[in-house]
Amino acid sequence: MNERAQLLLSIADDELIIGWRDSEWTGIAPTLEEDVAFSSIAQNEIGHARALYELAATELGSDADALAFDRAPEEYRCAQLVELHLLEWAHTIARRYLYEEADRVRLGALKESADSELAGVAAKIDREEVYHRMHAELWAARLRDESRFREAVEELWPYALGVLPQELRPELARRTGLSVDSTQAIERGTHTPELAELWQEMTEVRRSIPGAQW
Amino acid sequence: MIFEVFRQEKKGQAFAHAGSIEAPDAAFADAWAREQYGRRGESAALWLVPRDAVHQVNDWADEFDLKYRRVDGYSIKGRLKEARERASSTAPVDR
Repeated sequence: MNERAQLLLSIADDELIIGWRDSEWTGIAPTLEEDVAFSSIAQNEIGHARALYELAATELGSDADALAFDRAPEEYRCAQLVELHLLEWAHTIARRYLYEEADRVRLGALKESADSELAGVAAKIDREEVYHRMHAELWAARLRDESRFREAVEELWPYALGVLPQELRPELARRTGLSVDSTQAIERGTHTPELAELWQEMTEVRRSIPGAQW
Repeated sequence: MIFEVFRQEKKGQAFAHAGSIEAPDAAFADAWAREQYGRRGESAALWLVPRDAVHQVNDWADEFDLKYRRVDGYSIKGRLKEARERASSTAPVDR
C-alpha cells in the first residue's frame, strides 16, 4: 500500500472510530440537548471518514464501505486514542477536546498539502470542524477546574500525541499547554483490545450476509 | 436557562417560533441550537431569546362588550359573491 493510501486510511479510521465511540452516547448523554449535539457531531465524523475512504478507495481500487467494514481489526490504522471505551463523561470530553485540537493541527497541515485533492477535502472537513471545536472548547472551559477532568486530560495526553506525526506534536502541545517531553507518545500501529470488541459490533450486520447489496 | 428558538427558513422570511432549548449560558445554547435546528440545512438563521427576556401579554379586558369593533358577526359571503359577479360582468372586453 502506498504512502498516500496509508495516510488517508489512518485519518479515515480515526474519524470512523471516534464517530462510532461518540455515538455510544446517543440516548444517555447528560442532557437532551447535549445528546442531540453529541450524536450529530459523531455522525459528522463518520461523514468525514466517508469522504476520506472514498479518496482511498480510488487509490486502492476498492469502495468506501469495504474499507470501513471489510478489513480485519488489525488492518485498521487508527490511533489508540479513538479506540478507548470511555463511558464516563470527564474522559469523554477530555478525549473530544484533545482529538479536536490534534485534528485542527492535522487539518491545518493537510490544507497546505501539495496533494490538491486531499487539501480540498481537508478544507471542507475543517469548515465543519469549526463547530466541533466550539463545542469541545465550551465543555473544556466548563470542566477546566474539575480535578476529574484535568486528570483525564493528563491520562489521555500520551494517546493524543500518537494521533499526530512527530513534526506536528509541538504545535499540539503549544495549543493545549501540555508538554511533548513529559511523556512517551502511544504510537499508531498497535491496537487496544477495545478495538476488536468495537469491530465485532460495528461490522456485525454487514458480516451477517457477506457480499449483500444493502 | 431556557432559550426560546426562532427559526428563519429562508433569507428574507419572517422568523417563527420553533421550540426551546435549555442551556447553562448563551454559548452552549448557540452550540446546541446549531445541532438541533440547523444541522440539516433547514434554517437560514436562528434567534435565541432567553425566556426571561420575553415580555408576554395575555390579559384582555372587554368589559363593555364592544363587539361592533370586531369583524366577526358580519356575514360577507353573500356580498363577496355579488361583488365578484358584478366584477366579471363589467370586465373589460377585448375589441
